[in-house]
Amino acid sequence: MTFRHIAAALAILVATPTLAPAQEFQGQLGARQGQMRIMALNLGILGGMARGNTEYNAELAMIAAQNIHAVTMINQAVMWPEGSNADAIEGTRALPAIWEDFDGFLGHWSDLGAAAETLVAEAGNGLEPMQGALGGLGQECGSCHDAFRQEQ
Amino acid sequence: MRPVFRWLIAIAVLGGGAGWALSAPEALPEDALDGLTGDPVAGERIFWAGGCASCHAAPESEGEDRLVLSGGQRFPTEFGTFIAPNISPDPEAGIGGWSDRDFVNALRNGVSPDGRHYYPAFPYSSYRLADTQDLVDLHAFMATLPPSDAESRPHAVAFPFSIRRGIGLWKRLFLRDGYTVAGDLTGDAAHGRYLAEALAHCGECHTARGALGELDRRVWLAGAPDPVGDGRIPNITPGGLDWSDQEVLDYLTDGFEPNFAGSAGGAMAEVVQNLAELPEEDRAAIVAYLRAVPAVTSEQTP
Repeated sequence: MTFRHIAAALAILVATPTLAPAQEFQGQLGARQGQMRIMALNLGILGGMARGNTEYNAELAMIAAQNIHAVTMINQAVMWPEGSNADAIEGTRALPAIWEDFDGFLGHWSDLGAAAETLVAEAGNGLEPMQGALGGLGQECGSCHDAFRQEQ
Repeated sequence: MRPVFRWLIAIAVLGGGAGWALSAPEALPEDALDGLTGDPVAGERIFWAGGCASCHAAPESEGEDRLVLSGGQRFPTEFGTFIAPNISPDPEAGIGGWSDRDFVNALRNGVSPDGRHYYPAFPYSSYRLADTQDLVDLHAFMATLPPSDAESRPHAVAFPFSIRRGIGLWKRLFLRDGYTVAGDLTGDAAHGRYLAEALAHCGECHTARGALGELDRRVWLAGAPDPVGDGRIPNITPGGLDWSDQEVLDYLTDGFEPNFAGSAGGAMAEVVQNLAELPEEDRAAIVAYLRAVPAVTSEQTP
């Protein structure tokens, strides 16, 4: 039996079956989910163009890219208080792993920022450059979700 | 730790003559490939469907570099850490010296040209379902890729799993020749089954495993713990995936989840890059197959 197995067994023993309501963290949950929704809305504009569902529009693509970039500039330090994880409260998919490796979590956020900068630089240069930069940004979303967001 | 004991028992069985015979590597008959010639153009489609680059490209490779199959990516498991070998066409460091028979024997039987068992981290459990012609085509395509002289590194696997002969028994117990989703499927779903079960090996990550690392086919594609980190690999049976056909197709093409609420990351981002190279009909066939998989709810998975 490895340490991991023992830790997992202990975690099961101490885990409580019901989750506390999220009242205490309502502000933070709203803020961090809001920033994700702003990104999703703007990704939808770019993704619609990338998939050929809507026509490429350089001006609109730039606006969407800048909005995404603006969100990535928000400092995350105040958004993620201890205890606001999916094992403790309702209404969030934030895994406890975020707090076990907060520096790694912030590192993902800053990688997202770098990808958003590339997107701002490329969004107005035509459909193909925008598609390439959008793909790069998508991978940053996914790699952070893989490590830190609970599966639905 | 249960897997260790089970493996030790397996090794003990090997001590008997029957165990030794049962664990012997299988070889393809000498004439198995007579009359087959590899077509590198057809092989490219098999290459992307099979996802070879996901594991065998150098770590962190992007773009054209994903075609240099120099190996080096590490895969931590509870049995040890496997390190992908160089399978570029370099005659010394890679597999440039292999015959078609060597190649098919590796992908179908999990046996090296010098007669050793490969660990099933190499998904021959899936590839053995592929058509022989497709494997020969794949070999022809891979011979056109850039060679790399990077040396393959040994797996970091501890005793008793380091005794490769034990893999022979594992194969006797767990290798199968039929599809997991058995029975008649309609045209698109049948093509999708071939792509998903024989080539893309979706089940290797999306299906939970038993004590010896074998796939638990009763909960096929119903999700599993992520070997990297704390997350879970999702349930993609109709009991777990409530996306529309178009949403799944879009995801397999560009990685974005419905309503852009997220995107493929990690290993799945690599899979999407591979699948994006296929004609859309292939991705649509995989979607049709996923709809035909028996529904398992996430509560039913171990």
